[in-house]
Amino acid sequence: MAINNSNKSKLIYTFFAWGISGLIFFPILWTLLTSFKTEAEAISASPSLFMFDWTLVNYKDVLARSPYFDHFWNSVIISLGSSILGLLIAIPAAWSMAFMQTKRTKNLLMWMLSTKMLPPVGVLIPIYMLFRDFGLLDTKIGLVIVMTMINLPIMVWMLYTYFREIPGEILEASRMDGANIVDEIFHVLLPIALPGIASTLLLNVILAWNEAFWSLILTAANAAPLTAFIASYSSPEGLFYAKLSAASAMAIVPILILGWFSQKQLVRGLSFGAVK
Amino acid sequence: MATTNSRSLAQLMLFPSVILLLAWMIVPLCMTLYFSFLDYNLLTPGNNEFIGFVNYEFFLTDPAFLESFFNTLLLVSGVLLITLVGGIGLAILLDQAIWGRNYVRIMVLAPFFVMPTVSALVWKNMLMNPVNGLFAHFAAWIGVTPVDFFAQIPLLSIIIIVSWQWLPFAALILLTAIQSLDREQLEAADLDGAGPFSKFLYIVLPHLSRAITAVILIETIFLLSIFAEILVTTSGGPGYASTNITYLIYTQSLLQFDVGGGSAGGIVAVILANIVAIFLMRIIGKNLEG
Repeated sequence: MAINNSNKSKLIYTFFAWGISGLIFFPILWTLLTSFKTEAEAISASPSLFMFDWTLVNYKDVLARSPYFDHFWNSVIISLGSSILGLLIAIPAAWSMAFMQTKRTKNLLMWMLSTKMLPPVGVLIPIYMLFRDFGLLDTKIGLVIVMTMINLPIMVWMLYTYFREIPGEILEASRMDGANIVDEIFHVLLPIALPGIASTLLLNVILAWNEAFWSLILTAANAAPLTAFIASYSSPEGLFYAKLSAASAMAIVPILILGWFSQKQLVRGLSFGAVK
Repeated sequence: MATTNSRSLAQLMLFPSVILLLAWMIVPLCMTLYFSFLDYNLLTPGNNEFIGFVNYEFFLTDPAFLESFFNTLLLVSGVLLITLVGGIGLAILLDQAIWGRNYVRIMVLAPFFVMPTVSALVWKNMLMNPVNGLFAHFAAWIGVTPVDFFAQIPLLSIIIIVSWQWLPFAALILLTAIQSLDREQLEAADLDGAGPFSKFLYIVLPHLSRAITAVILIETIFLLSIFAEILVTTSGGPGYASTNITYLIYTQSLLQFDVGGGSAGGIVAVILANIVAIFLMRIIGKNLEG
């Protein structure tokens, strides 16, 4: 009977867990489903979950009426570019802090974290004016610079927590064997730290892909990533639910898939090492 | 010699990150500070006279500032409350033995990866629209008057949307923390006859304190500068009912071209964020040692 009892509680917990998570996931599911409906069905007062005439016409319309792929490409360049550039700057810093700790290391880490707390509106006007004067408004390179800077503290922190887990003796041993610093980083540290570096890259691509303050303010038609492109649906196109859904689906599905791979890294990266 | 060599090398490796972050922070911040003392509007070109604290006086005595200050407080604390309570509940539920836990986890986590403009527009149009939205259909079906979310309860509507975006994050962090809980402690408590409530209060909650701190810290950083969700749903309205400080400064600087006033607002926002940051940094700093 004991087994039966625990099975019963498992059944109850399963029921609630699926029910609640289903509710949480529902807006996304609804968007995906609506993207395959006709506009008339999308606003129907008695909406149907699955029983409707599935159509791809919304996707065709969105692709035909707007330079969707340009914006998609902008998102790819900006998020990947800023993450790679950020890694190149952050890896040496994290290496230095993890393996050559000084009294100041902790303060330095805290200071980097504090730069993340500077509200963007505190620097909004100067950044906007500097970008205008240097011709960086509405350019991909401008946004790559901004994304690199806002994600740099997170990258250094994440890499630091990964590097800390690598025993320093391995590096010392290679130094004893006469490896110079370049060898040490490229042939000893990087292969061991590769999973951590890949996770850092992944999380920062996601963060940059979804960033919506600077990308809305600093871009217009040319360099707008998907976050800014979707914002153009705020009115009145947003009332065409099926097309809004199709455009949204194309913007979020790639990152949803990447995101599901990065669950564990997300915890470490965004909790600044407080939760592992 | 090797040590002094590697010491200076270590400094060199830190150099790019530190210099870039310093430049990113200090240069624009000094410019904002400087502009905030000028009579500087892009629409009325003049010699941008130095006017002392007049911009601050205008910004701080503007009724819109007080309203958006309280809106910011409500938005941050409302979302924190919902995501923490909901997150703890979800974390405990997902920690139980259930069938298909991985699928449940994936569904719970999904909203976090949806870009803010998409989630705001989907909620605004497809769920909360008073005529064609799903909630309105549902209200009509059960026979009550549909709520016009963004006209009647604009700030609460935004709190709901933002909470939906951040609940997965809180749940995931707290779940990770709960899973590191020592099971023997709970079994021992069981033997001592502790009920589920006292087990939660005396064992689970203290164990989660560090994770809860992390959630509060990180969410506060992001929630203080909520922008896209307001821009695409209410544009801050009606009136200033859903304007937060970030949005207020945005309208002043980039829609009214008031560089001086916007800068004064920016400095005020920095000071307010610093007050929050000091508390949070202390806690994180403590955690670093532990």
